[in-house]
Amino acid sequence: MPRFRPLDLASWGNCPIHPCLAARPEKVRDLSAILADATIPSVISRGLGRSYGDAALNRDAGVVLHERLNRFLAFDPETGVLECEAGVSFADLISVFLPRGWFPPVTPGTRFVTLGGALAADVHGKNHHVDGSFSEFVEEFTLLTGSGRILRCSRTENPEAFYATIGGMGLTGMVISLRLRLRRVESAFIAADYRRARHLDEALELFTSATAGHAAFDSMRYCVAWLDCLARGGSLGRCVLMGGEHAAASVVPARFQGRPLEFPLRSTRTLPPVIPNGALNALTVRAFNAVYYRANRDGSRVIPFDSFFYPLDAFSHWNRLYGPRGFQQYQVVVPPENSRRALVRLLEELTASRRGSFLAVLKSMGRPSEGVIGFAMPGWTLAVDLPNAPGLDDFLRRLDDIVLEHGGRRYLAKDASLSREHFERMYLRHAEFKRTLAALDPEGRISSSMARRLGLDHSAASTAPPSPSSHAAGAPA
Amino acid sequence: MSRRIAIFGATSSIARAIADRLAADDPATRLALCARDVDEAERLAADLRIRHGAKAVALPFNATDFDSHGPLLDACAERLGGPLDGVILCHGIGGGGPEDQAAAERDPAFARAIIDTNYTASVCLLNLAAERLEAATNGREGGGGRGGRGGFLCAVSSVAGDRGRPSNFIYGSSKAALNAYLEGLRARLARKGIAVITIKPGFVDTAATWGLLRGGPLVADPQKVGVDVVRAIRRGSAVVYTPRFWRLIMAIIRAIPRPVFHRMKL
Ligand SMILES: Cc1cc2nc3c(=O)[nH]c(=O)nc-3n(C[C@H](O)[C@H](O)[C@H](O)COP(=O)(O)OP(=O)(O)OC[C@H]3O[C@@H](n4cnc5c(N)ncnc54)[C@H](O)[C@@H]3O)c2cc1C
Ligand SMILES: NC(=O)c1ccc[n+]([C@@H]2O[C@H](COP(=O)([O-])OP(=O)(O)OC[C@H]3O[C@@H](n4cnc5c(N)ncnc54)[C@H](OP(=O)(O)O)[C@@H]3O)[C@@H](O)[C@H]2O)c1
Repeated sequence: MPRFRPLDLASWGNCPIHPCLAARPEKVRDLSAILADATIPSVISRGLGRSYGDAALNRDAGVVLHERLNRFLAFDPETGVLECEAGVSFADLISVFLPRGWFPPVTPGTRFVTLGGALAADVHGKNHHVDGSFSEFVEEFTLLTGSGRILRCSRTENPEAFYATIGGMGLTGMVISLRLRLRRVESAFIAADYRRARHLDEALELFTSATAGHAAFDSMRYCVAWLDCLARGGSLGRCVLMGGEHAAASVVPARFQGRPLEFPLRSTRTLPPVIPNGALNALTVRAFNAVYYRANRDGSRVIPFDSFFYPLDAFSHWNRLYGPRGFQQYQVVVPPENSRRALVRLLEELTASRRGSFLAVLKSMGRPSEGVIGFAMPGWTLAVDLPNAPGLDDFLRRLDDIVLEHGGRRYLAKDASLSREHFERMYLRHAEFKRTLAALDPEGRISSSMARRLGLDHSAASTAPPSPSSHAAGAPA
Repeated sequence: MSRRIAIFGATSSIARAIADRLAADDPATRLALCARDVDEAERLAADLRIRHGAKAVALPFNATDFDSHGPLLDACAERLGGPLDGVILCHGIGGGGPEDQAAAERDPAFARAIIDTNYTASVCLLNLAAERLEAATNGREGGGGRGGRGGFLCAVSSVAGDRGRPSNFIYGSSKAALNAYLEGLRARLARKGIAVITIKPGFVDTAATWGLLRGGPLVADPQKVGVDVVRAIRRGSAVVYTPRFWRLIMAIIRAIPRPVFHRMKL
């Protein structure tokens, strides 16, 4: 019988921190046993905890760590279809398959994310405007539902469960394994293009229209802008645009000619465990952003895939920069017709608030997520990091109102503070989602801290006291 | 050279780490993963095939079904296409510290299961495996020679066998008995060039210890154990503590005078 271990868990934002009962199964059949353990009020799956808020937390209840259920099960080198367990991370997948010429079809901005987490959030990458979200490349998956059934889900088999699981933040059950179509690549390098934009209008222009000597950034497979949130007035929205394509084998640096799929991963630096609150203030951030803006000269270069996709992975635990109080990432998407107006208002609020953001990212989105409560919709998405400080939740609520007014929505994978009311007005198919949950999990065995905050919880037992679990000091085994 | 190796108790994360290391070091390695839960062993085998291009197969194994050991060893050899070069035992129960100790004191059936699984089954299985390795060595030109070229037998024992402690001495005594057996077997097979390797892990972060250990520098990752085991196999070592500092810790624990030992909570 898998044991539960009391653990205070937080995700990437280090906030909130909830006492949970964590199980770490190593066999598939452990999952059913965990679900059936009546002493645990409810359970939620957790990948690598790279969501920012409370999606992968379950206060006083069960959290299932999928990290050891990470086996590759089948691979077809003709089609590039990989079947593997949901606990496989992008890092693991890349280290095995990039040397063979395959790359994840969609990747988030860190490779320390599991495929299960990517499916549950239906993550988007820098190629969303071309390729859509992660789940578009998922052919099928197996799901252990709250009622204990193992369902094979695809667009044709159990489609309700399929579409509710995509972007469903783990609430339909535990994804055991999935089949994913990988992308063929010739090299481990990206032919990248950089261009600075002096303000928001110029940035939107460069994204969407060809300019003298340069195609529109959106015509490239990968495209994103790093934005200086502190630039005001005429410089509002000042940013560096980055476009990229997988580099052909013929253009990789001389040292890698003849072995274009080899990659030198940069060494990772770890930040000290405790950094004082407020180390990241408006001043340090302004300095960083100014340097960043100047350092990225316009032009094209061929760079290793990891510095293009995962610049922050060079520092493990960079989230500690925000001090013990942690931070929130605020990410929203707004539809194209209203986006300029909405972005200007959001940026104005952010610069005026002086709640300094280290990271602000702007990119365009293409097709809507197939998920019932999936995040992606056509338009523009903006993501900013905000240190936790008094009044932050109220401030974010004000931003939520602006987003709602413009027909947009907030990304649940980054969220720790959205109100139930705002959620329901942003995710219009929430009632359909809840009906599917009730059908898959009549007793409400699956729940999370986020589910209870957003009114997506229907477990009667969610308020039951936590079960006692052993605290024995342990002797050498 | 492609080696044929059978691993018993293959679903333990220590076994997984060992298999992964073996296949990563030499993709020509052929592995038979034997476990109670053969579906699970098959998932592990698929993982090794895909990650490393190794040949890996899964077979059902119940340690306390003693009559099945011989046919199973032969089935491993057959599935891997020739006589085995090495056998690694990872199966074991009762290592869950004071909880398991208390249960084993209360329940004679559990105490016996610990001894049967950890000790009796290992003895029976290794006797049969030794017989097969010896036969293969004799058949080979020029016999075995030194340094384990006649193959190896490796068993994951535990530091718990080094001194009986109140928190786990039933489990510990099963491992101590295993250690004595391995010591004798090692001496018997030394001349044949067959290495007998005793692995003594300290605390390892596995399913068996999840929730019992608080973590910290004394708790090793299974990967670390995997690396140490594969190195021990390569060198044909006799007794290996993993991580290494456990050799010192256990030397100290063994040296504690009895009156002091009795007052300690170990
Ligand atoms: C630096 C950084 C950059 C990022 N960049 C991007 C980006 O570019 N685009 C983007 O979309 N996101 C991005 N993210 C967010 C991240 O991709 C998502 O939050 C993702 O869900 C995290 O996956 P995880 O494995 O860490 O899962 P967790 O954070 O542990 O869990 C996230 C959700 O997935 C569910 N889940 C996890 N495993 C399973 C499973 N096996 N079965 C069912 N449900 C499961 C959990 O219940 C939870 O609801 C970024 C995060 C960081 C820290
Ligand atoms: N973890 C530690 O701190 C530690 C320290 C020192 C030594 N060890 C030793 O390391 C080895 C692996 O243990 P672990 O910690 O990885 O624990 P584990 O995950 O519980 O592994 C034990 C393995 O033994 C198998 N097994 C038990 N009884 C069996 C039987 N009757 N027939 C066949 N297989 C049986 C189990 O199979 P199922 O999966 O079917 O249950 C499992 O694969 C054990 O010998 C243990 O004593 C562990």
